Amino acid sequence: MTRYEPVIGLEVHAQLLTETKLFCGCSVAYGAEPNTQLCPTCLGLPGSVPRLNRRAVELAIRVGLALGCEINRDTAFSRKHYFYPDLASNYQNSQFEPPVIGRGELCIEVDGVERRIGITRAHLEEDAAKNIHGAGGGLYTVVDYNRGGQPLLEIVSEPDLRSAEEAELYLRKLREILIFAGVNDGNLEEGSFRCDANVSIRPVGQEKFGTRVELKNINSFRFVRRAIEFEIARQEAVLASGGALVQETRTWNENVGQTISMREKESAQDYRYFESPELPRIEIDDEMIERARAQLPELPDAIRARFIEELGLTPYDAGVLTSHPGIARYFDAVASGMKADAKLGKRIANFIQSEVLRDTQIAGLDAKFPVTPEALIELLSMVEARTINLNLAKQVFHEMVASGKSAAAIVEEKGLGGGVDEAALEAEVLKVIEKNPSQVEQYRGGKAAVFGFFVGQVMRATRGQADPQLVQVLLRKHLDG
Amino acid sequence: MSAPRDLIEALESLEAGTLTASELVDDALGRIEAHDGEIGALLALDAEGARERARTIDEKRKSGETLGRLAGIPFTLKDNFVTKGLPTTAASKMLEGYRAPFSATLAEKLEAEGAILLGKANLDEFAMGSSTERSAAHPTRNPWDRSRVPGGSSGGSAAAVAAGYGYFSVGSDTGGSLRQPAAFCGLNTLKPTVGVFSRYGLIQLAPSLDQPGPLTRSVRDLQLLTEVMRGHDPLDSWSSKRELAPARDIQGLRVGILKPALERVEHEPIRDAHDAVLETLRAHGAEIVEIEIPHANIALPTYHAIVAAECSSGMARYDGVRYGKRVSKDELFEMMEATRAQGFGEEVKRRILFGAYLLMEENVERFVQGARRARTLIRRDFDAAFERCDLFVTPTTATPAFELDNRGDDPLAMYLSDYFTLPASLAGMPAVSTPMGVDADGLPLGIQLVGAPFTEATLLRVAAAIEEKHGILDRLPALNGGIG
Repeated sequence: MTRYEPVIGLEVHAQLLTETKLFCGCSVAYGAEPNTQLCPTCLGLPGSVPRLNRRAVELAIRVGLALGCEINRDTAFSRKHYFYPDLASNYQNSQFEPPVIGRGELCIEVDGVERRIGITRAHLEEDAAKNIHGAGGGLYTVVDYNRGGQPLLEIVSEPDLRSAEEAELYLRKLREILIFAGVNDGNLEEGSFRCDANVSIRPVGQEKFGTRVELKNINSFRFVRRAIEFEIARQEAVLASGGALVQETRTWNENVGQTISMREKESAQDYRYFESPELPRIEIDDEMIERARAQLPELPDAIRARFIEELGLTPYDAGVLTSHPGIARYFDAVASGMKADAKLGKRIANFIQSEVLRDTQIAGLDAKFPVTPEALIELLSMVEARTINLNLAKQVFHEMVASGKSAAAIVEEKGLGGGVDEAALEAEVLKVIEKNPSQVEQYRGGKAAVFGFFVGQVMRATRGQADPQLVQVLLRKHLDG
Repeated sequence: MSAPRDLIEALESLEAGTLTASELVDDALGRIEAHDGEIGALLALDAEGARERARTIDEKRKSGETLGRLAGIPFTLKDNFVTKGLPTTAASKMLEGYRAPFSATLAEKLEAEGAILLGKANLDEFAMGSSTERSAAHPTRNPWDRSRVPGGSSGGSAAAVAAGYGYFSVGSDTGGSLRQPAAFCGLNTLKPTVGVFSRYGLIQLAPSLDQPGPLTRSVRDLQLLTEVMRGHDPLDSWSSKRELAPARDIQGLRVGILKPALERVEHEPIRDAHDAVLETLRAHGAEIVEIEIPHANIALPTYHAIVAAECSSGMARYDGVRYGKRVSKDELFEMMEATRAQGFGEEVKRRILFGAYLLMEENVERFVQGARRARTLIRRDFDAAFERCDLFVTPTTATPAFELDNRGDDPLAMYLSDYFTLPASLAGMPAVSTPMGVDADGLPLGIQLVGAPFTEATLLRVAAAIEEKHGILDRLPALNGGIG
């Protein structure tokens, strides 16, 4: 039986995080009433003139730098023509040849092995309006032009991916880079990060590509994986049964768990591309590239490496603390505020993971933390100075979140500060031993579990302020000695 | 009232108090009432609004308020500029009854200076034509001779100014659509360097070529309007922040002439008038030098390929979905097809189809990219020419105004009437047309002055010198009660 190899390429449409549309001043905010974010230009009215939003070009350059792509210094917008009501002018301002961003690559790790996936190109284009089918009791299709004209970067990969898993890893990695670069909010559900997949299979060892199917409507990572897996299996089954594949566009239907044919590729539609006669060419100089480079934040791979090497994190912890750019920035702010080394870094990371992240709210690119990095620095500095111990610090932290008060104020208020010095603690230890002769007997008779009882008693006697490690040392000294 | 001869004189009378804006508007409305049934220069008229605005300005003037630079001057606007107050149709059935939700920057600017918009002027549908016979509404007749065309596509604007419907009109020029009607109607015009006048609100024919410009009775009117209309517009991507170069003295100016092009002119009075203008310029101390635009012979196909490609694309938006005409059908694409089939005229369809053919994947490189390369060659010819001269002159047209229905069935003959004006459009150079007398039939003739980018002021100064000697303002129908 012939063994087949899948060949997958992905096209991602990422909405760029500008305030306004690509060619006019209309807002791009999501969720507005339909047809309220419009002007003559994004409606293509007679007499309107598009004018380029330079911010979108800056963000595109930033993506190019993040992906190590070539940046083309002199490019233009081209009109792509097709008649459909989601285009107000029946053409889309897009880019043909050359695109603003040229070749580059993205590394993914598959089963511990690095794979380099080629980026073919990335180009700027305006989004189409949203058609909503089935309005008016199913009689009409209505159009919401709010989305029309919003800036997109279409990022096209080489057909280098060989499995659904690789496709998913590539998408997750790309999304993470775009989010950390601050150019896209990575929201698949709201459609700010959309993916189409080109899937074909070929006998292992064959160089020529098989017949390609374009998959649409795969707007979650789970769908991407399931749709591609289904499609690979479907294509294998067709070939195995002696059938032939047709070049077509298929859509993922989650309800039935299948890809469904939308349309067969019309004998190569002619979009009549030609350079826009009304938009000036995009000229990119060194200054623009340097400015974009200066604005490019540190990317997740570099952040993780730094967290592991300099701040003592395990790869797992580094992953958790880079799961969102806001969290990474938060950890960085606390660590640098405390001039953390590898040991302290690890302690800070533990506290953030166990306490802070439980109360952190993530919405898109925003992360809302329960306390500021400065407030956390104050608290953890008290632990480092042994003013309070870690257990108390956790209590104080919850008090800070509940009351909004500072760590110092809470410690002061509750009279927690100052800790317990070693001599006083030793006195307490002796007192506890003296008061509990039967437990001492049990312990010395070999019942090690009773040790915890003594620790608890000493901690209670010191109202939780003693250093638990020191308590243990002193107890051992007097019980075992 | 004794009607002022030109806009400047009208402003002087208004300031002196010997005339009111209301009188100027009433005079213009009276002429429209009397003549426009036959001339057909206008597509929409706002008589009441114009009277109202005139009254307001007169009151402001009486109470000593500061007024704009054109306060009280009635004017018209070619109907391919969108206006909130009046319908905008571009003389097409496709936009019958269309009301734009915004106004062109130039319309707002002129009204802010106190100019009073009388109405919208006729044109060839979507500015595609050279005679204004291709208006879906009706043709326009030349006030100098009503059996003749006023030129086009800004023919309604030119006829309106020539007939005295106000003191100026703003039109647009893609390959000669201001200059040829100016020549045919004995008027002055400027097609500026790209970016001098805002194009926001001008309905596109071919955006890489379209330029707005005023049509006036005198050169000094044109100078004033150039000053008022220019300036940066953040709404227009191509709008320039650059200042115009100061006007140079004619003494010592090198004026180029195109010998081989002149040989194409069969109408002898045009050659004679052209030579007489050269004499005048020599008398002012200019040096006449022969120059060449070697690629002028490919300007015509180059121009038509570019216009067809751009217009085929730009006209795609007229589909019946969002605004304008709609022919109802049950299915979307049937509706679009029927709307476009019924909404567009012959010439528009011809260019859309021609353009769609040129833009096909297998043709675009050869024809559209080819035309762009040809355009670059022509621009280089101009750059080289301006090494040898400071400006050059040609007749604006090879013939005076032709008769109606003369060339209607021969698009190629119609296209040829833009022979002298196309190269400056392709090269993006500023060009002025000013009258250079009349022929034996009393038909006006025009001369074109073409300069390097941003040398408008010098072109206008030279035009003023030509006007002094060859001007025909006194013969303008507007100044002669029994028009045409």
